[in-house]
Amino acid sequence: MFDYAPAPESRAIVDIAPAYGLFIDGAFAEGKGTFKTVNPATEEVLSEVALGGPEDVDRAVAAARRAFRDWSALPGSERAKYLFRIARIIQERSRELAVLESLDNGKPIKESRDVDLPLVAAHFFYYAGWADKLQYAGFGPDPRPLGVAGQVIPWNFPLLMLAWKIAPALATGNTVVLKPAETTPLSALFFADVCRQADLPPGVVNIVTGAGDTGRYLVEHPDVNKVAFTGSTEVGRQIARSVAGTGKKVTLELGGKAANIVFDDAPIDQAVEGIVNGIFFNQGHVCCAGSRLLVQESIAEELLASLKRRMATLRVGDPLDKNTDIGAINSAAQLARITELSEIGAGEGAERWSPPCELPDRGFWFAPTIFTGVTQAHRIAREEIFGPVLSVLTFRTPDEAVEKANNTPYGLSAGIWTEKGSRILAMADRLRAGVVWANTFNKFDPTSPFGGYKESGYGREGGRHGLEAYLA
Amino acid sequence: MPKSTKSGAAPAKAARAEATGSAKSARGPAQSGAAQSGAIQSGAIQSGAIQSGDGQSGSGQSGSGQSGSAQTTAGSSERSAVAVAERTRLAVRKTYKLYIGGKFPRSESGRTYLVDGDNAALASRKDARDAVVAARAAQPKWAGATAYNRGQVLYRIAEMIEARRAEFVALGVSAAEVDAAIDRWVWYAGWSDKIAQVAGGANPVAGPFFNISAPEPTGVVGVIAPQSLLGLVSVLAPAVVTGNAVVVVAANPQVAITLAEVLATSDVPGGVVNLLTGRAAEIAPWLASHADVNALDLTGVDDPQLATELERSAAGTLKRVLRPPAGGVDFTADPGLHPMTALLETKTVWHPKGF
Repeated sequence: MFDYAPAPESRAIVDIAPAYGLFIDGAFAEGKGTFKTVNPATEEVLSEVALGGPEDVDRAVAAARRAFRDWSALPGSERAKYLFRIARIIQERSRELAVLESLDNGKPIKESRDVDLPLVAAHFFYYAGWADKLQYAGFGPDPRPLGVAGQVIPWNFPLLMLAWKIAPALATGNTVVLKPAETTPLSALFFADVCRQADLPPGVVNIVTGAGDTGRYLVEHPDVNKVAFTGSTEVGRQIARSVAGTGKKVTLELGGKAANIVFDDAPIDQAVEGIVNGIFFNQGHVCCAGSRLLVQESIAEELLASLKRRMATLRVGDPLDKNTDIGAINSAAQLARITELSEIGAGEGAERWSPPCELPDRGFWFAPTIFTGVTQAHRIAREEIFGPVLSVLTFRTPDEAVEKANNTPYGLSAGIWTEKGSRILAMADRLRAGVVWANTFNKFDPTSPFGGYKESGYGREGGRHGLEAYLA
Repeated sequence: MPKSTKSGAAPAKAARAEATGSAKSARGPAQSGAAQSGAIQSGAIQSGAIQSGDGQSGSGQSGSGQSGSAQTTAGSSERSAVAVAERTRLAVRKTYKLYIGGKFPRSESGRTYLVDGDNAALASRKDARDAVVAARAAQPKWAGATAYNRGQVLYRIAEMIEARRAEFVALGVSAAEVDAAIDRWVWYAGWSDKIAQVAGGANPVAGPFFNISAPEPTGVVGVIAPQSLLGLVSVLAPAVVTGNAVVVVAANPQVAITLAEVLATSDVPGGVVNLLTGRAAEIAPWLASHADVNALDLTGVDDPQLATELERSAAGTLKRVLRPPAGGVDFTADPGLHPMTALLETKTVWHPKGF
């Protein structure tokens, strides 16, 4: 293995203010309090951000309601041009935003630069083009916007999740109040500046930062017509309960426990790359992560040896280093959860293994980890860990693989590795999951609908399907 | 339609009588039994049917309305004979039971309730759970049947209602509503092998990948059905055409179970449709909280508070919920795609391209 010299991306390109307000009606305003956001790789405080209270949410929703009248009446072709502008500005500022995202989230710059930011811009481009073509989208001859959308997003892909929420909402003529995650508020606040640069009319996009309570005020606000949430299944349940009887339209993109299924005829090296990408991409903070490896018994030994060799080459450390593969865990709380579930896994009898790897002294870190000898009853095979922890199970027949893969309340994604085409298609038919990657994993595209079966939520984001959530 | 050709022939009355006669003998005891039980149990319904029948023949309505008028003609001409028969022979009444797993069991609770003079089975929590088990067992095979096959089965349902239309009319369903219900099955039958093309397709991703989205049934659907035959058909057909299996709580036992008899003779696999008769307020909460139910259609829930409670309960396992539309539904209108798409999942499959 080579030694790599440090290759840090400069953080001079991003200028983080010491404090940020709430973005309401086109201007920054104070909230009811403040909270700090830290760099999870160093625990350094990056900025102090306003905490939105009920009155702040009221003001933001009122601003969105006022803006709705003109925004929804604007010809689709004009709305499209605003979205194209936003897409362009994001492209122009993509290095700045990528560095910011890595600072606030802890993800490797390689990923924020090459995955998150390109997808963010592409998402705005894609939905910009829909704004004046909605009558051809297959949702009736005269599709109408719903009104004010209350959107709550997670911390794992802060700006990308914002794009998934805001781009289709605006294209369809809705206005939004968005609450970014407590630990990653900064890129949404920079996006507020992008909106101003684009001369987006005030009130069309409002950003209210805060914690869980702020999100709850927003979701339960009586003047919100549409709720879009990405996050944990538990919070998703609470939201589904709270909107019952209100008539609010809801889409929920929740947890997952995806099976990544490797058959005996799979090309081992490619499969190993897919497994690594499936579970260690973004530190495993991915709802569709391939967190359960189902490997055919006859090749289990060979595949695991190869996987361990590959894991030993993963570079864990400074997110801003261009060679880093695995960055920092997003928060102390998330690190505690990953640590706890991993200890439970070992305690329940699974065999734990991590490559030798040096972790930085400060910040939140977790070495890439696999558990072998995992049974379906183990908590590490059932619960979403949301970290770089892979549970390995084996199977003998395709039927057994299907049975085990579907044996979960989740149904967000799945992976299949085999050279046999008919087997791919038969497996894809039988897996109860919204996205099936065959001989690949963790691929995303604005044209490709994403979302879950069962308790992974409902509704789709991306593609033509993603418009439906914002149209009456 | 051979019938309309016949009734359109010159000596109309004679032809009609002949047609009715032969149809009657072909239909056999089930047909006449139903007509008689209607006559015995509810004179009001019977005379209502005659009146509306007369109105139709007077307006010279064509098509399916004619078999109604043909029957009326037969009814009036044979009325005295029927009266004689009533005196000499006791009619065989129908027992209205539940429809679970392709069979017609009584409620395990042993309960019945009186509906228009009939003792209908009053379904219990246990019946609902049994029905979910039957639906879950039947669903994968039904979803795995070809779309062409499912379409033919739905078309067969339309054929069977057409043949039994007199039974529905005798239960107080207007001929026009029976027509609409038949036509709705035919409409949905045609959707079986088209919905995937309309709701899915290839996605032009920015990379060397084959990427396709296709709709799939969500699984087991709990349905609180509206009172009317057309309402019941309008919630049932869009759920099953795509491969879901359903547990229906039906408000109108005689109509619902007569429809179940249609389904049982239409090649619909047992368990794909399960019909429970009873009180929605009692049974629906068990479906809403059942962990093996994937979706809940509340179209037939009239009480907004009950609808809210059911929706809240359904959140426990994140069921897809079709809320009762504000202001009710006009079942005679074009249903659109939503009744189908609301009970579908979108699955997107990726594969790399390369040599």
